[in-house]
Parts: sequence; structure tokens; C-alpha cells
Amino acid sequence: GKNEYDLLVIGGGSGGLACAKEAAQFGRKVAVLDYVEPSPRGTTWGLGGTCVNVGCIPKKLMHQAALLGSALKDAQHYGWNIAQPVHHTWSVMAQSVQNYVKSLNWGHRVQLQDKKVKYFNIKGSFSDPHTVSGLTKAGKETVVTADNIVIATGGRPKYPTHVAGALEYGITSDDLFWLKESPGKTLPSFILYVSLECAGFLTGIGLDTTVMMRSIPLRGFDQAQMASLVTEHMESYGTKFLKRCFPTKVEKLKSNRLQVTWKNADLNTEETDSFDTVMWAVGRVPDTKTLNLETIGVKTNSETGKIIVDASEATSVPHIYAVGDITEGRPELTPTAIAAGKLLAQRLFGQSSELMDYDNVPTTVFTPLEYGCVGLSEEAAVQCHGSDNIEVYHAYYKPLEFTVAERDATQCYVKMVCLREREQRILGLHFIGPNAGEVIQGFALGIKCGATYPQLMKTVGIHPTCAEEVTKLRITKRSGLDATVTGC
Amino acid sequence: SFQTHKEEDNPQKTMEVNGLTPVPDSYDYDLIVIGGGSGGLAAAKEAAKYEKKVMVLDFVTPTPQGSSWGLGGTCVNVGCIPKKLMHQAALLGQALQDSRKFGWQFTEEVKHNWMTMTESVQNYIGSLNWGYRVTLRDTKVTYENAYGEFVGPHTIKATNKKGIEKLYTAERFIIATGERPRYLGIPGDKEYCISSDDLFSLPYCPGKTLVVGASYVALECAGFLAGLGLDVTVMVRSILLRGFDQDMANKIGEYMKEHGVSFIREFVPIKVEQVEEGTPGILKVTAKSTTGDQIIEGEYNTVLLAIGRDPCTRKIGLDKVGVNINEKTGKIPVNDEEQTNVPHIYAIGDILQGKLELTPVAIQAGRLLVQRLYAGATTKCDYVNVPTTVFTPLEYGACGYSEETAVEKFGEENIEVYHSHFWPLEWTVPSRDNNKCYAKIICNIQDNERVIGFHVLGPNAGEVTQGFAAAIKCGLTKEQLDSTIGIHPVCAEV
Repeated sequence: GKNEYDLLVIGGGSGGLACAKEAAQFGRKVAVLDYVEPSPRGTTWGLGGTCVNVGCIPKKLMHQAALLGSALKDAQHYGWNIAQPVHHTWSVMAQSVQNYVKSLNWGHRVQLQDKKVKYFNIKGSFSDPHTVSGLTKAGKETVVTADNIVIATGGRPKYPTHVAGALEYGITSDDLFWLKESPGKTLPSFILYVSLECAGFLTGIGLDTTVMMRSIPLRGFDQAQMASLVTEHMESYGTKFLKRCFPTKVEKLKSNRLQVTWKNADLNTEETDSFDTVMWAVGRVPDTKTLNLETIGVKTNSETGKIIVDASEATSVPHIYAVGDITEGRPELTPTAIAAGKLLAQRLFGQSSELMDYDNVPTTVFTPLEYGCVGLSEEAAVQCHGSDNIEVYHAYYKPLEFTVAERDATQCYVKMVCLREREQRILGLHFIGPNAGEVIQGFALGIKCGATYPQLMKTVGIHPTCAEEVTKLRITKRSGLDATVTGC
Repeated sequence: SFQTHKEEDNPQKTMEVNGLTPVPDSYDYDLIVIGGGSGGLAAAKEAAKYEKKVMVLDFVTPTPQGSSWGLGGTCVNVGCIPKKLMHQAALLGQALQDSRKFGWQFTEEVKHNWMTMTESVQNYIGSLNWGYRVTLRDTKVTYENAYGEFVGPHTIKATNKKGIEKLYTAERFIIATGERPRYLGIPGDKEYCISSDDLFSLPYCPGKTLVVGASYVALECAGFLAGLGLDVTVMVRSILLRGFDQDMANKIGEYMKEHGVSFIREFVPIKVEQVEEGTPGILKVTAKSTTGDQIIEGEYNTVLLAIGRDPCTRKIGLDKVGVNINEKTGKIPVNDEEQTNVPHIYAIGDILQGKLELTPVAIQAGRLLVQRLYAGATTKCDYVNVPTTVFTPLEYGACGYSEETAVEKFGEENIEVYHSHFWPLEWTVPSRDNNKCYAKIICNIQDNERVIGFHVLGPNAGEVTQGFAAAIKCGLTKEQLDSTIGIHPVCAEV
């Protein structure tokens, strides 16, 4: 056509880059726009999006740092002579992590270059359905036109602006991973998995950490057990919780510390305490403000602000698509964004008609004791099929490595939700324990193949591992029997 | 002395009426299990559930070095459990090194204390031994710490430590005596060498160690000994990990070499002499090349033999009751219901011919066998696509066909191998190897690209492999694999 590019991708994150690179494979002319609006504290980063810069990658690395802290304690039991307690230096960790992230930014730029994808570091907004324009850092106006446009601008952390001082004095995950100095005594606030994961590793590296939560932890995840087991473990691990509390204001003290005032909904009291850092993790908002979507008619959900798409990732405007965290009703996960982006490119340019399957997407919450899951939560299964039609198998187990290390395994737990009728198809699998992600991944495959309880029982366990406990599930919740695993 | 059997109305009468084997009604037990290991205990506990009168005989003949242990068999005492714990100790050593890059600060060199570790491990094993004894008592299974051997078709002679003999009779028997490490049959082997039977309770640090063998036992032990900071050499007669995918076996060997384990390939020891007494002492090993006349010598504190295991079937009176064994290997051939050639005598676990030597397999086989005998079940043990993991420093998980076996069975043109190296995220920051971890799947092109083999080399290989094994049981195809979303960031998503 008359447009300069076959495909323009707005947003150089997991979904955007995957889509762009895939399209380039088909010999198409592709351009990517990526731009990071600095956070209120001034934090910014390079190409790669949330996952690489302020999400999955630095999160997992800092989680690993915390896990290594536990390993150091265990090591003594296993014969290693280390003088306890061992101290952690934030700046050493932060620098290592930040250096690695920067190498990924670099790697992405090289990849785009190799695949002949044009990269613009500009903040784009729509002038018309085929035209996007923006200013470069130097102030130069750039206009890009394309036959097809994919919006993959992701989301940014929300600030609770109704809380006085929240914006001026608080930070978010956007800033946490780039801090040069230790956050000290931190208060992440509210409970989403982002908050629990951050609170978890901050506690693990030795910081005095408190989580303030208004209502339930891990909204959207299995509430029948899993969410509370995760938080219970964190409490025994050392993270403090202020439950049923919500902040009313944040003020700066002369010492430069922050004073937080909050209401305790249960006791109906007001309390205060001082912290070095207050981190908000109250949700993320889609990054659509400056795109100018209303002008070109791309419909968004009035409540969430996310872009409405159909099963083929198409928006309300022909030739304009959206993938990733910005789309309504999709899981906010890197692998789904990548898969959706790739499939979209294959449909647009590769004569494929395969749609993205969003069912049974496995995920893991990287709290100090990890929680991996795939499929339905217990309550969703009950809602869908009725409690008489589902069977829940479960077990409390103890990882072998915890024995000699004398670690508490109270919350190590696995449960499988199945249909009760003949075949006993597995609807959901939930696992709390070390390496939960590694454990769940293979089973997610099984569930994709329509795995049934009898098939799982026919699978011989690998010994000694934690994952084998899944193949040994025999006790049902319905039976009321003690579900603690005892010995081989 | 015979013990009279109380009157019970039981299926025996029914069996007689139905024309099955005529059964005398005065046996001491419904079932005697010879061997209190993974398979034996699982079978005994299961039988007790159906209110059968069960006895378990377990006895450990001390090693040439004098090591012995309690109830529970190989896995608990001198196998999976202590092995994985010592492997964990070695992994923690690596974690200590990594942790510096993640910001943890401590003195430059950290040393390992063998006694602290061994004591912790032995204490845990002791608790398991105790746990088993309690469970048997609670489930009313009679346990005798005595050596059992057949003296008649339905009679066992049990000899305890003090040499006192007792006779017991049973309607049925399950042989689950497992195996013990093999010795080389060279001068000095029994006097001076140790085996895995001794290693996990060794009351002194083994020091500079020579591991003889290329089995998974040899490589796992060599791996963790090196990880604890010891000077380790492995002497290999020919190939590594016979029976495993050779491509993966070589990668494991390469990794171990790069991480401090020396290998002497194509040599076998011909003599072991003591240079100096001590705990440990100094031993001189003389070895001969398998490809020529070359002779080499070396000095080590400890020589660990891991050249294979032999079934404990030669001295339990099988000839007296006519149970066939493979004369060469000592293994017992059974049908697909674990029955020997003598109808009322069964066998499970490591002693079976043609079956896998794994704890979960023995447990599964034992349970299902008992359910068929006493609960009217018909399910047989499924030995196909049993997953396994080798806990070498770089762990290896596998399920299904090796690449060479797949090529042999299906033909090279009919299989497709998908593979990838990967770099665990946790290895990036401490700058650990970026091209060692590896995964491959083997697909059968003619059967919808069904996944027939899965192999992964990397951290937590066991945890990764387990779920894939379940998926393979469900008939996983490449397409289904491709359409499954990965969990990010974990190794398994590769």
C-alpha cells in the first residue's frame, strides 16, 4: 500500500517485540515504537518492556537472592561452616541485576537490528487509523504510517492518589528494582501478587517489611486455601502484615523517613508508624492515555481502560490490533503476550488461522514459598460445576531438603480439583512449595491433553522430588481424612 | 516351630470350592514378605489394609567394612534419601558461591564439615527407620529382623542376629530382597574399598577419592563429593551411564569435568594395596588399560566401588522351592503380574528381570500386586514411560525413549528431535555457564508427532520432568506442547 510499513508495533515489550520479530520473519517491513515515560520518581529504562526491566526478570533475580539467604542458613545444617548471621548488601545485588537487565536491553536492540525491524524511541499517538506520530528525545517530530498497527503498550503501576502524600513520597515496582540504595524498612501496600512477591524478597534479604492489606490477599487466585497458605508462610518467614487496614496519608519527617497514617477497619482505630520506603502495589493501569484512542475510535472498557479485542486480537478499528497487558479480559503474563503476538503475526502475514488459546494458562507467584497453579481454583470449579460434581484431592508434604535443614514445611501443600464423574478430568492443579514453576509446567501440558485423575495416578513418581507428590494424591477433602504425607 | 492357624472364614474356602489350588488351612500367615525395602513395605502395608495376616522379614548383612542399617531398604538407608541430601549439601556449596553476586557477604573461604553433614543425614534416616517400625506396628504387620530363606514350598526359615532360627508358613510370598553393590574380584577390593553401602555413614571424611564405575551411582557420588570440596577422580571402563541417552550422558560427563571431577577413561583397577592405615588411610590403586597394555598407578584416601549391583537371590533357598532365576544375573523373571514360575510366590522391585530399578516402581508394583491378590483389582503395574532423574551436579531428567533407542525402533527418518540449550535465569547474575543446560524431545512423526522421549539437563530436573511424564502418559503431541503456555521465568518453560 501507500503506507511506509506493513506493520507498526507500538510498545517494545514482551508482546510487541514478539509480534514484530515474527512479522519480520515473513519478510515484512516492520517498525517498533518504544518509549518509557519516567516514573514520578524519575526512574526510566531501556527496550524490552515491563517483564525485562521492572517485572518478571528483576523480580525473579531478587527472589533468588532471598532464596539464597535461606540456603545460607540451611547450609550450616548440611555441614558448611558459615558464621551466622550473614549480611546482605543491596547495592551489590541491585548492580548485578541492573547490569543483567541492561544486557537484555542491548540484546533486544541487536535482535531488532538483525531482523531489520526499525526501532524508534518515541512516544507515539494516533493521528489517524494508519498514522502514528511523536517527538524524539531531541524534539524532532516523526511520523510513521503502516497498513497494520498493533498496540502493545502494557500497563504502569497505579498510585492511590486519594491518599495524601502517596505520589510525592511513595515508590512503585517501577522504582524498586532500580534503587541504588537499600529501601530500608519498607511498607509495600495492598495485596496483589506483585506486592507479596516484593515483600517476600525484601524480607528475605533482611529488611524489616510490612504489608498493608485492605481485604483479601491474591485476589483472583484460589481463595479456598492457597492464598492464605502463601501469606501464612510469609508471616512465619518474618513479613509483618497489617490486615484490614488502609492508608490515609503519608508525610515526610525531618529525619527523611516517612510517616504513614492508616485506619484499622476491624478495630476502627487510626495508627501510625514510620518507614524508610513506602511502595504502592495497588494495581496497574493500561498505558493508553497519550495514544489518542478516542480520536480514531478504538473502544476501551470504561471501567478498566483496557482495549477491547476479539478472539483474533482485533480492536473495534479494522487493521488495528492489541496484545498483552493492555487487552481486556486476558491474563497479564509475558508468555501469553508473546504467544498472542506471534500468532497474530502469523495470521496477518503467514496464512495461518490459529487463534490464541487462553485456557489453562499456568502461572507462578514467586513468594518466599512459591505458588504454582494451572486451571480452575477450587471455588471457580464449584461455581462452574457444583460441589457435588467435583472431587478435590490434596496433601500436605515435606520437601526432603527441609528435613536436615530443619525448615518448617507447614504450608507445603498440593491440591488437584477434578470432575467427579467417570473420567475424572483434571480441572485445576495447585502447588505450594520450592520450585513451584518447574513443578507445574509439565502438568500444565498434561491438562492441555485432557489429563484425568486415573492417568495421573498411573504416572510413576520421580523419587525423591516434590513433584512426585502430585502423582501420589489419594486423600480427598470430602473424606475429611488427615492429608499429611507420612514417609515413603 | 509351627504355629497353628486360627479358624477364619476366608476366601481360601471359596477358592477351593471354585476349583483353584487346594489350600491347607493351617498357615501362620496369609503373606510373608521377604525384604523390608520400598517394594516390600508398600506391599505389606497394603495387605494389612485388607486385614490380611502379614509378616515382613528384613535383615541387613553387614558390608565387608562392617556397615549396617535399619528397616526401610536401600532407598531410605543407602540410596535415594541420603544421596539426595548429600547432593543438596553440594548444591548449597554452589549456592554459597552464587550468593556473593546476589549481595550476600561472608568470609572468603567456607569449608565443609563431613561429620556435621553425615550426622544430620543419619539422624534423619534413623527417624525414618523408626517411623517404619511404628507404622508396621500400627497396621499390625509382624516384623522380624531376621534373614529369611525358603526351606519348603510354604515354609520360611528366619535366622536372627543371634543365630536363633524360627520357621514360619504362609499361603503366599513376595520376594523383595533387592540388591547389594558388586565387588571387582581383585586383590584388596573387599579389604580396602568401600561402596555406596558404606559411604553415607562413613565416620570420617573420605578425602581424595577414586570412584570406580560409570553408573548413575558412581556419577552422583563423584558429583556431590566434588561439590563438597574433595579431590575426586572417576575411573571408567568404557561409556558413561550405559542404558541412558548417550548424548545426554556425555553432556553430564563434560559438565562434571569442567567442574572439578577428573576422569580416567578406558581403565580398570587390577589391584588395591594399603600404603598407610588411617581414617582415611592411603591406598594405592593399580589399573590396566582396556585397549592396550598400559598400567597406571595412583594414590587415594578412599576407593569407592560403584560398578553395579547384584540381586540378593542366590542364598534365599529359591532352589528348594523351584523358583527360576537368571543364572547369570541372579534376577528373577516374572510375568506381567509379578508372579514367578511358582504360582504362590511373587517378586517385586530391583530383583526383577527386565524391569526398572526404581523405588516408585517397586512401590507401585507392590501395591497393585496386593490389590489384585486381596481386593479383586485387575490393574497391572504400568512399566512404560516411567520417568527418572539422575542427581548429578547438573541434574538429568528423562522419560521415554533415548534418542538412539528411538532411532533403532522407529527409524531415523520417522523421528524428529527438537532441542534447545537454555540459560537458567538464576545463573545469569553469578555468571554461571550459559550453554550447558539443555532440553530435547523426541517425536514420532508417523503418530501425529507424539512425544516419545523427553530429556532435560538443568537445575531441578526432577521437578521439571515429573509433569512432563504425566503429559506423556496422556499421549502428548508436539502440537499440544507448542500450544501450551510457558510459566515465566522458569527453566521448564524451555
